[in-house]
Amino acid sequence: MTLNIQLPDAEALLLTLEQKLAPFIQPKTAIVGIHSGGAWIAERLFPRLQSSHPGCSLELGMLDSSFYRDDYSQRGLHADTRPSQIPFDVEERHIILLDDVFYTGRTIRAAMNELFDYGRPASISLAVLVDRGGRELPICPQVAALQLDIPPDQKLQLSRDEHHQLQFSLEASA
Amino acid sequence: MHNPQLTKDGKLKHLLTTEGLPRAILNQILDTAESFVGVAEREVKKVPLLRGKTVCNIFFENSTRTRTTFEIAAKRLSADVITLNVGTSSQSKGETILDTIDNLTAMHADMFVVRHAESGAAHFIAQHVAPHIHVINAGDGRHAHPTQGLLDVFTIRRYKPDMHNLRVALVGDVLHSRVARSEIHALTTLGVPEVRVIAPKTLLPQHVEKLGVQVHHDMREGLKDVDVVMMLRLQNERMNGALLPSAQEYFKCYGLTPEKLAFAKPDAIVMHPGPMNRGVEIDSAVADGKQSVILPQVTYGIAVRMAVMSILAGNSE
Repeated sequence: MTLNIQLPDAEALLLTLEQKLAPFIQPKTAIVGIHSGGAWIAERLFPRLQSSHPGCSLELGMLDSSFYRDDYSQRGLHADTRPSQIPFDVEERHIILLDDVFYTGRTIRAAMNELFDYGRPASISLAVLVDRGGRELPICPQVAALQLDIPPDQKLQLSRDEHHQLQFSLEASA
Repeated sequence: MHNPQLTKDGKLKHLLTTEGLPRAILNQILDTAESFVGVAEREVKKVPLLRGKTVCNIFFENSTRTRTTFEIAAKRLSADVITLNVGTSSQSKGETILDTIDNLTAMHADMFVVRHAESGAAHFIAQHVAPHIHVINAGDGRHAHPTQGLLDVFTIRRYKPDMHNLRVALVGDVLHSRVARSEIHALTTLGVPEVRVIAPKTLLPQHVEKLGVQVHHDMREGLKDVDVVMMLRLQNERMNGALLPSAQEYFKCYGLTPEKLAFAKPDAIVMHPGPMNRGVEIDSAVADGKQSVILPQVTYGIAVRMAVMSILAGNSE
């Protein structure tokens, strides 16, 4: 039953997210994208936020939280893990985690656990393109470019083409 | 025939040998290890994947480096680790291998890391253990030492990422070397086009060319234009009878000196699985020189063993 859902325009949501994020940028801020969708968003937003906030010495990082996931004992290690890259000191930094779709909150839990193994941040905020509802943990995004209810049997998937343009698609969830 | 290392749906359950492992699994191990390299550079050098699991290192044959790196790898995955030097305990009192395994299973071990002087020991244990238990071969006789082979390949890939355009030379005691076998299988599966072995005839197994390698007996000819020089330890403790005239004679012909290394490409890397016999198979000027990546091999060994353990422990029937 995917016909009733209008697919969101990822590129338009990216602009909305950029505007909504602006008040969160302060000195000692880092944006950290979660692989893979969140990392694509972070790569796109970083240069724009950096030039609009020249005094803030903004930093960029990427996280792959596979080593911290709570479904490891059921599903094994994710076959497509990528190295996390946090090339700055996390200690006393304001971290903005970026992800494409917020759903159960389990990925964010894993990402926060990983982040704390790098040091003690001053704060962590969460920004996403779409909050699809269905959270299973007491975690919610501070910034969502769009709220959109998606039934549990559907997966909202972000992809990136060769020109680095982002688009959403709906798939039946596994 | 079913590969005893894989589950019914083709996932890695035990790591016994690199022989016959599909390229996709080798790549999964190497890619996952890439992610673990960064873990060692963080404030907290630990991830929670194996929390609540018990890893038993059972060393029927002595080893310091392999045992230590397996211990560190398991601890950095948050496992509880027990190391048994069985050579010095129960076996000397007459207990069989399977009795040792059964006792450790009764203590709720989840993974066995096994080193044994007999070829096939790890296979034998893997066939015997309960279905939820995973076995890693940490060296069995002359047969295989898959994690060492994989860490060598990982090191090569880090320094020379274009695996499809490489010449690799393995030098020395191929006959007694389980490392050489594990590495040759991994390199050929990953598509390295030219693997050479350089050794006197007495230190090469019969029909070694059937492994897909080129055979050389002369260093000048064998090292010409290679990208990677992998020195093998002269296995003194395995020598039965006179395969060599003397260590000095061996060094003269096959020891890696700066002069012989000059036959290889100028940016060739030099590797050694350790422990090194300085002045026998390798000159100190080379071992400590700019082209040596012998210590990075040790560091990467931990990441590769973390990758293997975390992939195995997540794959159950």
